[in-house]
Amino acid sequence: MPGFDFSNYNRNAALCARGMSLPKATSTGTTIVGCIFDGGVVIAADTRATSGPIVADKNCEKLHYISPNIWCAGAGTAADTEFTTALISSQLELHSLSTGRKPRVVTCMTMLKQHLFRYQGHIGAYLVVAGVDPTGTHLFTVHAHGSTDKLPYVTMGSGSLAAMSVFESSWKSNLTQEEAIDLCSKAILAGIFNDLGSGSNVDVAIITPEKTTLKRNHITPNQRVPKLGNYVFRRGTTAVLNEKVIRKEELGNFVSIHEMTEEADKMEVDT
Amino acid sequence: MSGIFAINGGACVAMVGKDCVAIACDLRLGLQALTVSNNFPKIFQYGDVFLGLTGLATDVSTVSDLFRYKVNMYRLREERDIAPRTFANLVSSTLYEKRFGPYFVGPVVAGLEPKTGEPFICGFDSIGCIDFAKDFIVSGTATDQLFGMCESLWEPNLGPEDLFETISQALLNAVDRDALSGWGAHIYIIEKDKVTKRLLKGRQD
Repeated sequence: MPGFDFSNYNRNAALCARGMSLPKATSTGTTIVGCIFDGGVVIAADTRATSGPIVADKNCEKLHYISPNIWCAGAGTAADTEFTTALISSQLELHSLSTGRKPRVVTCMTMLKQHLFRYQGHIGAYLVVAGVDPTGTHLFTVHAHGSTDKLPYVTMGSGSLAAMSVFESSWKSNLTQEEAIDLCSKAILAGIFNDLGSGSNVDVAIITPEKTTLKRNHITPNQRVPKLGNYVFRRGTTAVLNEKVIRKEELGNFVSIHEMTEEADKMEVDT
Repeated sequence: MSGIFAINGGACVAMVGKDCVAIACDLRLGLQALTVSNNFPKIFQYGDVFLGLTGLATDVSTVSDLFRYKVNMYRLREERDIAPRTFANLVSSTLYEKRFGPYFVGPVVAGLEPKTGEPFICGFDSIGCIDFAKDFIVSGTATDQLFGMCESLWEPNLGPEDLFETISQALLNAVDRDALSGWGAHIYIIEKDKVTKRLLKGRQD
């Protein structure tokens, strides 16, 4: 596996040593949950990405594809969840191609935890791994340091306490698919409204042995009220010092373009 | 003045319009409170794709040159221009490769999808997390001010002329409230058959 490039590390460490603070990465403040039901598993996430106190993205995607029957919800450092899931997804695809078997959720979880443990928590990916494979339905959480849990219902991220309060008060065994979707959505909504790091919409993924259904923006409880007026400026408002129009045709001044004729085709010796 | 991002200052913003996109940057290069140059553009063109880079000026130069090299190599291999979405993924993976020793840049990508002509913009954090936006992307030391300006001024389906006024006013008014940005601006309005580059008059204080 190709690794990271540390060529800027010493320079950056020197800048840090001079009292410069490192920039804050985009974090998925996040509420993510998962819940097993009879015949499959549901995972859900909110759609807010934050950079400190600023909302960086109001409708980001936190449900990541691993394989057709395994999906992952990610919290923590946004870049880490994105790339860690993409890396494991790629390795799992090659693994299933070489073994000729469908990828298993435990395999995915083990690859994730071994990868994250190797980096001792520096890769800030907190994941909910869910899927259905020939051995059954599975739901795991993976922490950035490499520890894992296997539970019937799980929550992670800054809104995990709000979400867990919903599970702890409303969860029961032998849920139906609709009940599970509803419960997960309610848990995410608890995070959206009670946790500042979470917000906007609810994304849901339902995985059953037959198929996976991704419901992007399943619930949109925070639609912006349409503006009644507008701030469109009168043309010519902005003072312009200089204007230059670049057209593609101008390339003709530097490059001559000739249409290929049949004559040119005859030049091909290997056809 | 403790952040590495705030040493040189600078701001960049991109917006989606109707069949067009706009990308704009300020022109300041500073060393903390001392302004060194008022002609340091932060937008770079790679074929039909535009890249805005704010942050540490040494990294702005390094990264812009690195992508010029990478895009040229792509063009030689593929015998076509790079598409904005492809370029966005190239930026993302290039930055994430340096996850534990990042370039201190806040990139912004703008362009039109080559086949459909659909507007495309996106932004990144310094370690390559992509922010796909359908409205606008902001970056730099005036981020907070730009978010406020764009959130109020931007609206969907602005034509190229109206989009120019909107992005110009958003940038100019944002950088006037940021001591580390300003000193003029470059605005690019990207349409299917032409690109209009304008130099704006801005405060020089």
